[in-house]
Amino acid sequence: MDKNKVKIKLDKLRKEFGDVVAVKDIDLEIYEGDFLTLLGPSGCGKTTTLLAISGLEEASGGKIFIDGKLVFSKKDEIIVAPSKRNLGLIFQSYALWPHMTVSENISFGLKVKKLPSEEVTQRVNDILKDVQLDEYGERYPSELSGGQQQRVAIARMLVNRPQIFLMDEPLSNLDAQLRMEMRSELKQLHTKTKATTIYVTHDQEEAMTLSTRICVMNEGDIRQIGTPEEIYEKPADVFVAGFISNPKMNFFNGRVSKVNKKTFIDAGGFSIEVPEDVVGTREEVRLAVRPEDFDISGTGISYTVQTRLPTGSSQILMAENQSGDNLTLFFSTEISAKAGDVIKLSIKPGKIHIFDNETSLRLN
Amino acid sequence: MSSSVLDVTAVGGSPLLRRWIRNLTLPQRVIGILLLLLLVFFVIMPAINIVYTSLTFSLSDRRLPQVVDRGIEVVPGEFTTVHLERVFWSKLTNKMFLIPLRNTLIITLGLTALSMLIGSSLAWLVVRSNMPWKRGIANFASIPYIIPSWPIALAWIAVFKNTKLGGHPGWFQYMFHVPPPDWISYGPLPIIITLSLHYYAFSFITVSGALASIDSRLEETAELMGASKFTVMRKITLPLVMPALMSAFILTFSKGIGTFGTPAFLGLPVRFFTLSTQVYSNVKNNLAGDAYLLAIVMILISSITIYMNAKVIGARKSFVTISGKGFRAKPVDLGKFKWVMFGLVILFLVIFVLGPLYILSWQTFMEVDGDYSLRNFTLHYWIGPSGATGSLGQLLGEGQAGILRNSEVWFAAWNSIRLALTVSTLAAILGVLLGYAIVRGRGTGLSKALDSLSFAPYVFPGIAFGAVYLGMFAKRIGPIPALYGTFSLLVIVSLAKRLPFSSRTGTAAMLQVHKELEEAGSLVGAGFFKRFMKIIFPLTKSGFMAGILLSFITTMRELSLIVLLVTPSTKVLTSMIFRYTEGGYHQYGDAITMFVVIISLTGTLIIRKAQKTDLSKGIGG
Repeated sequence: MDKNKVKIKLDKLRKEFGDVVAVKDIDLEIYEGDFLTLLGPSGCGKTTTLLAISGLEEASGGKIFIDGKLVFSKKDEIIVAPSKRNLGLIFQSYALWPHMTVSENISFGLKVKKLPSEEVTQRVNDILKDVQLDEYGERYPSELSGGQQQRVAIARMLVNRPQIFLMDEPLSNLDAQLRMEMRSELKQLHTKTKATTIYVTHDQEEAMTLSTRICVMNEGDIRQIGTPEEIYEKPADVFVAGFISNPKMNFFNGRVSKVNKKTFIDAGGFSIEVPEDVVGTREEVRLAVRPEDFDISGTGISYTVQTRLPTGSSQILMAENQSGDNLTLFFSTEISAKAGDVIKLSIKPGKIHIFDNETSLRLN
Repeated sequence: MSSSVLDVTAVGGSPLLRRWIRNLTLPQRVIGILLLLLLVFFVIMPAINIVYTSLTFSLSDRRLPQVVDRGIEVVPGEFTTVHLERVFWSKLTNKMFLIPLRNTLIITLGLTALSMLIGSSLAWLVVRSNMPWKRGIANFASIPYIIPSWPIALAWIAVFKNTKLGGHPGWFQYMFHVPPPDWISYGPLPIIITLSLHYYAFSFITVSGALASIDSRLEETAELMGASKFTVMRKITLPLVMPALMSAFILTFSKGIGTFGTPAFLGLPVRFFTLSTQVYSNVKNNLAGDAYLLAIVMILISSITIYMNAKVIGARKSFVTISGKGFRAKPVDLGKFKWVMFGLVILFLVIFVLGPLYILSWQTFMEVDGDYSLRNFTLHYWIGPSGATGSLGQLLGEGQAGILRNSEVWFAAWNSIRLALTVSTLAAILGVLLGYAIVRGRGTGLSKALDSLSFAPYVFPGIAFGAVYLGMFAKRIGPIPALYGTFSLLVIVSLAKRLPFSSRTGTAAMLQVHKELEEAGSLVGAGFFKRFMKIIFPLTKSGFMAGILLSFITTMRELSLIVLLVTPSTKVLTSMIFRYTEGGYHQYGDAITMFVVIISLTGTLIIRKAQKTDLSKGIGG
């Protein structure tokens, strides 16, 4: 990823469907070689944004630049055709043409460009080898497994040698194991080609493992852009904190108290010291702690385990204290606990996320 | 899809101009606008024309008594209420409007009730009982839908014709030496019975579909609670198939209103008029204005039923049976009645499905109509030369050759095939284009307009539609020359009448082609034409071919639509059947009928083989 070179730039991009604003004037810069994931719940505008970049969907306002060239501007009525934007797209459904063989699917774009037939054959064969489908050229898509279909879709995109890869939830139709495999294949593909990639998903794990940067969207807005680590460690607002968390994030209403010129936030029985400038004059804040950011030690706040959900290598505990605060905890199985046990909990230092009650924005 | 067929960015000028050009050059928009113009021509103009003609004078109105008596000067094209008065408020009203209206309603309600009774009983037996050989029976029972409706009427005439009206006796009189009473030979009763034997297929097909989707556990649960079989039927099964029954009612009713062939064959000899035959007779008597008013009445009745259909049951066309895993369809045990019912059904099908075809075939081999003895056997009406004489030295069929040696029949057959081929191909192409414009333009006013306009011909009964086109194309309109008497007029009217079917199948086919499949093409630079030929068309091809074949059959057997429009130079098989039967040459008419029946059956079998579906598919043709 080359931060000095902006490959794609969205300037106040907007999309309306009737009265519904699907994308709300977003600004976004995608760098050369970036693997940027648009992450968010369904209906957040991520696919719409992707399709607007591809040109298949016409935005209602704003501008799109690719390589510094204006390819879309509503105001100037400039709309460069999708095929002239030098990009490839993998659809969620793959959109493989069912009446064409694998080879025909892959060669279609080359034939449209009227390439000499020897070159078409050569390129199709090369790409089939690359995706390990050299035996399957004469098959029809319906005769392939889900993973193979996925590879055909990738090959069909690659063969046209686009500079930008767009992928719309490409793994969502695969079963869990295959999804893991294809995930690593996609990652390798990016490492090898270094093509600027925009990837749409609602799966946070997919986003974390694949991306160089993640753009979290909700209700048509961008909530945070950053590396997977930044997003995980410093979620910009309550939504991001809640969305990027598995098992689910623990949220508390925190009360600010000042003792001996020190500032504390009291929440869920815990009392955490924070630098004064973080909370300012607020009396209440929103506090979030990840399930894995608790310590079980001899000392701490007492919680009673309600339910234990073992996942094999680890376990999820649901616990409650006397005041009725509920917690989700995530530990390795080395820690033994069962329903009914009283455990003493403390929060790992520096692992709290503090948000403003009004704006939901991050304070620390 | 937002890419236009032009690269607009390359077009200079202001952004506003570019937006206009781009919006107008979106492929679905270009096609949509062209189709809209076509539909205006096919549907709106005839509709305006029919109203206009019925409210203005035409030259032939000079001889009307209402005009002559009052000394009114007839200026063609000038506004007049004389037709309104004649049809709705004169001495003629009873004869021309009220009696045909009453007859139409009697026949339509009668045939709807009878055909629903037959159709749904058969459907229940085939779907829900343990009657043997159900699949075979289901296919067998769909045959009447495939062949035209009037052969059954012709068979009825062959059997129950009496000599009171002249001509030769029917089979009944031949066998029992007693002429059947008039009310059995002709009029409402035979019309209702023979039409029901065709139209029961509607109820059979829709109700079978509904019954097949009922999970029998729904009924078993009620039985467990102690409900009797009758209560279960009344409280559970019947309400569940109610929407299907309603739509069968509407379908049969609206088709029945416009039916022409059967009422003409069985009603006209005793001067029993329905609206459709009255329209025909008015047009033939040069009373276009009066005919069109009656046509408007027919269109109104049929629109009201369809509107009611949309209002009353539109919201819940069918119940979605909510059930968890699995689906049980346990047949109801008929016990000892199992074989009784089987016998009755087979008897019904043999008598009423095979019987008419058998009688008609037999009749074609009779030298003298009505003599069922073997010595009366002849092949003349199939292969005889012209001028052949019979065993008594009489000239057979007034000297006409058998149909296979009759150049007129070959000419009509060629016309029929030519017409059916042209119409079916054009209808299928039109259907795909309509489907594209409607589906891809979804949500736009253009798409809605195309959708509803293409459905409009559905409410025009065939005879009324024919009458409208007759009026409209009798003279030159703008650049279009007078088309009356040309083959093109038959093509246009058949194509227009097929529009609802074309656009439905086209839309359904296009919905199968996901937008992304086309987008994937435009992403690699395939233009609209390329996308259409390489992606959309291949993917809709199977529906396209089936649509062609179905249109082919329907056009082959069409009578009411074109009976007013054919001229000696454009005669087709069905119009020849009509002429022969009208003239009393039953052997010729029946021979050609068998020919049409064979084409219909073969065609449907081909569709069935190609689509691997049941014979019972294809409602809406």
